[in-house]
Amino acid sequence: MSGQQPIHVVPPVNSLRMVRTLMLVTSLCGGLIVAVWQWTQPAIAANKKVVLERSVRALIPNAAEIVEYDASAKGISPAKGDPAAGAVRFYAAYDKDGKLDAIAAEGAARGYADTVRVLYGYRRACECIFGIRVTHMRETPGIGDKIITDPVFLQSFEHLDVSLTPDMKSLFNTVKTVKHGSKQFGWEIDAIAGATITSKAVGRGINDSAQRLLPLLVPHLEAVKQNGGMQ
Amino acid sequence: MSSQPLQASNMEQLLEGIWKQNPVFVMALGMCPALAVTVSAFNALGMGLATTFVLICSCTLISMLRRFIPREVRIATYIVIIATFVTLVDYIIQAVSLALYEALGAFIQLIVVNCIILGRAEAHAAKNPPFSAMVNALGMGIGFTIGLFALGSVREILGAGKLFGISLFGDQFQPWVVMVLPPGGFFVLGLWLLFFAWLAKRKEAQHGA
Repeated sequence: MSGQQPIHVVPPVNSLRMVRTLMLVTSLCGGLIVAVWQWTQPAIAANKKVVLERSVRALIPNAAEIVEYDASAKGISPAKGDPAAGAVRFYAAYDKDGKLDAIAAEGAARGYADTVRVLYGYRRACECIFGIRVTHMRETPGIGDKIITDPVFLQSFEHLDVSLTPDMKSLFNTVKTVKHGSKQFGWEIDAIAGATITSKAVGRGINDSAQRLLPLLVPHLEAVKQNGGMQ
Repeated sequence: MSSQPLQASNMEQLLEGIWKQNPVFVMALGMCPALAVTVSAFNALGMGLATTFVLICSCTLISMLRRFIPREVRIATYIVIIATFVTLVDYIIQAVSLALYEALGAFIQLIVVNCIILGRAEAHAAKNPPFSAMVNALGMGIGFTIGLFALGSVREILGAGKLFGISLFGDQFQPWVVMVLPPGGFFVLGLWLLFFAWLAKRKEAQHGA
């Protein structure tokens, strides 16, 4: 037995001390997070506004004033915080005379690598989408990212039919992406060869958003028109 | 104790993380962000600086609290502290550049589970005074940033023909798209590891001669 090492018994740690330490550390960390959150929130909100306005202005060059609204079953209301359940956010772009030029809204759908988000511009006069701008995507470089540059694909969005049914409950035709070279109708999107999944995501995102937004927005468009310059 | 040896020791600690124990090229730690976000030099620098900030702040705080933290709850405490600084860096990046925040995506939040940080906290900060912990963390952070930049710059140059978004070769250059795809990360990392292994061999041969 003489060869055996002496056993060192580690004294048990007081449980109260462990709880006290964790409480102190979490309180300190919580305080730090709240302080930095309050310090950075104005800058984060300002950054988001700048990015959004830049995207809307790129889509609607005549926009002098951009106002955010939420469309819901109750009507149109100025946007505050995150949209409520069932409400759809959209951006009304007014020209320098305070006249409503166009509406912009975001559509999103799952692409090949991640969610593809696009901002689309809508005008009631033509009942059409007149352009898109990709705001977020992580698609394969050289393949999926052609949705930003491919001229034939982008041509589909120069006059994409999103007219409503007479009862204004849904789109007359579902916006859909068709195989490259087989586009026949105004509500179809010509897919990019080799990037079908990403092309379809764009079409799906726009269709889902327009199906939700336009039936809520179009009946109240006068209210949006009259709000120009009042914000 | 004179200040001279102390300064030398701090310098050694700083250099250890940058060169001898470089987290990317020597220890091969933090490979997840090292491969995933280094599609451009800007992303690489952004992620490197964010990780360095979390490393320095969390290691300094852990070192300051090291005498008060019972051994049994040390990992839980370290993770809470690291997660706090990751949350702060998340807010700060959003406030500074939303473009960078978008580019780094979920990898900012995943800094919490970067083994370099918990490794430094456990192996160094928990046993050393705050200044030493801070210097060691700074060295590791710089080493990690250099590692990411080495990957990001090569991948951007070959994969997009650009550096920091500035075109280097004109319109005639045909980008090697594979370099900005996940396999490109492995190719470039492999080439850098090969280069460092060659450097080590050469040094060994010189010492042997």
